[in-house]
Amino acid sequence: MPPFLFWTFALLMLIFGGAVIVNRNPVASALSLVVSFLGLAALFMSLDAYFVGIIQVLVYAGAVMVLFLFIIMLLNLRVEEQRQINWLAAAGGIAVALILLIQIFFVVGHFQAARQTFPALARSTTDDVWNIGALLFSNYNLPFQIIGVLVLVATIGVVLLSRRERR
Amino acid sequence: MDSFLIITSLLKIVAILFLILSMVSYAVYAERRVSAFIQDRLGPNRVGPAGLFQPIADMFKLLLKEDFTPRNVNTFYYWLAPCLAVMPAIITIAVVPFGSTLFGVPMVIADVNVGILFVFAIASLGVYGIVLAGWASNSKYPFLGGIRSSSQMISYELSLGLAVIPIFLLVGNLRLTSVVRYQIEHGWFIAPFIGDWTNPWKWLLTIPMIISFIVFAIAIFAETNRLPFDLPEAEQELAGGYNTEYSSMKFALFFLGEYAAMITGSAIMVTLFFGGWHFPGIPDGSRGWVFGLINIAVFFAKVAALIFVFMWVRWTLPRFRYDQLMRLGWLFFFEIALVNIFIVAAILSLAH
Amino acid sequence: MSVTVPRPKLNWRERLYLPAIVAGLAITFKHFKNMLLGRTKVTMQYPEQKWDSSLPDYYRGAPALVRDEDGRVRCVACQLCEFICPPRAIKIIPDEIPSNDRFAKVEKYPEEFDIDMIRCIFCGMCEEVCPEQAIFLRKDYAITGFTRAEMVHHKEKLLEIGGVMHGVVLKWNEKK
Repeated sequence: MPPFLFWTFALLMLIFGGAVIVNRNPVASALSLVVSFLGLAALFMSLDAYFVGIIQVLVYAGAVMVLFLFIIMLLNLRVEEQRQINWLAAAGGIAVALILLIQIFFVVGHFQAARQTFPALARSTTDDVWNIGALLFSNYNLPFQIIGVLVLVATIGVVLLSRRERR
Repeated sequence: MDSFLIITSLLKIVAILFLILSMVSYAVYAERRVSAFIQDRLGPNRVGPAGLFQPIADMFKLLLKEDFTPRNVNTFYYWLAPCLAVMPAIITIAVVPFGSTLFGVPMVIADVNVGILFVFAIASLGVYGIVLAGWASNSKYPFLGGIRSSSQMISYELSLGLAVIPIFLLVGNLRLTSVVRYQIEHGWFIAPFIGDWTNPWKWLLTIPMIISFIVFAIAIFAETNRLPFDLPEAEQELAGGYNTEYSSMKFALFFLGEYAAMITGSAIMVTLFFGGWHFPGIPDGSRGWVFGLINIAVFFAKVAALIFVFMWVRWTLPRFRYDQLMRLGWLFFFEIALVNIFIVAAILSLAH
Repeated sequence: MSVTVPRPKLNWRERLYLPAIVAGLAITFKHFKNMLLGRTKVTMQYPEQKWDSSLPDYYRGAPALVRDEDGRVRCVACQLCEFICPPRAIKIIPDEIPSNDRFAKVEKYPEEFDIDMIRCIFCGMCEEVCPEQAIFLRKDYAITGFTRAEMVHHKEKLLEIGGVMHGVVLKWNEKK
């Protein structure tokens, strides 16, 4: 993948990630988050992780954010836009974020393996979908099954809840 | 090698875009003619021979209309929504193999290993255009249309996704090209008699395959907002739904998006269930470029036939009520698709 | 008082819903096929095929003035039609006939007789009220024009549509 694509998508992600916080309009925030997710998916795909990238789009951008948008649309947006900014809280948040950023730079700077340039990734020859499937059904079979049962229970619960009450 | 790939890809993209857009405009014409014929009318037959230049006239009409932006809309999102409505439907076609090979170049724009997931992921983005149109219009009917469409599309995405799992249980791979290759070797999923017909397991598998086809087809109807599930744009209830406040080319873009979604939906159904570009007795493009062209023609003929079915159903069935639609999606198709997966898995484990 | 409409009990085949859909599809396909093969003929291709020959006698088209066999305009400018006209489409400016004229005994004639065809509702009241049987509703229905002024039929146009009516038209005879 050419570096300029990496920078494009990374910048896209960061800019729209910032827009999520800065925007006063909740719908704009939600849509910025969607664009940010799309950038993230593109970055995953640049690492040949097609499955993770596309699941990112399918689950987050396609389903979760649509539900978010669905709820936000029902809100009264005027109230949200007219709310006063609590500058103290904002300053605190920025301070925490800065401290975290400095910490990350510090840790990465002292991490030996991170100091050298990584060799270029070889083009993967195996199917990443197949790999994930094989891993899920061998090493992580039990957690996977448990999650499956959990999701099934949740699904049945949803079906039960959406049934009409019998009088 | 890389530049060859880029050039052929660009050529394919341009060709397929041109093909899809012209198919959209002729799908609108076909829709009008088919609806007219079903209702014992004639339909547009004046512009050119048998009205064949009607799409061009329509295009000029829509371009020359006043592009009106109502005063209280949220302008940025109001302009963004029509673009978002068209984009996903056209991007989806990128992973669909629309032919075998032509001069050794595979006739698919991007043969990614997550083919069907890509289709679902991009199709699920299609809801943003409609929701934003409904919300940004700042008007009650478009808003109701947007709400309906978002809940409808989320609900039917589930049955859509579950309905195709049996196919990928058989194929063992998410690539759409391998789905087509599997069907060439083992017969179309919907018609197993093509190819090796003596295998009894294949006949047994046909039953869940037909169930999964029906569920998938109905879910596609719901996803593309076609009648009998066109509640987001129910004219009688919502005065046009999410596109009420739009005019001129912006309205045309919604129209384009709807028909492009129908075409890509048909293309995916052809790929998944009707053997893609395969037709018994016709070899693939490695035998000569003539066969490569014939394969492409076969694919688009199948797509056109399915589009006719879309129209035929639209002009036959009345619209569902909204609660019926949701109940059907959640309490009926979802369960059927789920049980169907178990049936196929059981048959496969018994067969091996 | 509320009425509860009982829902019909459906058997399993009706509850399956698919047979009904297939039956409906069969019906629409039959219509499609018949239309495609040209067996259904209900549409008349208007500018090429016209229904002039099958217009009924009582058809009310454009109103028109008629001349009698001597070439005189039958209208005597009594303005009854102008008075009765519901949408007030008729405008008449009467004038005196000079005494040396052949038809001087009639006294009045319409100097101008305009019918605004945008306003006309083809009700036929002018025809009914006319004591001289001078105005008739003819079978012309394709009345077009590019401007509003063109849509006003002046006296010449009305006479051209009307033509000549021979003898006394006993239009009330059967009602006497």
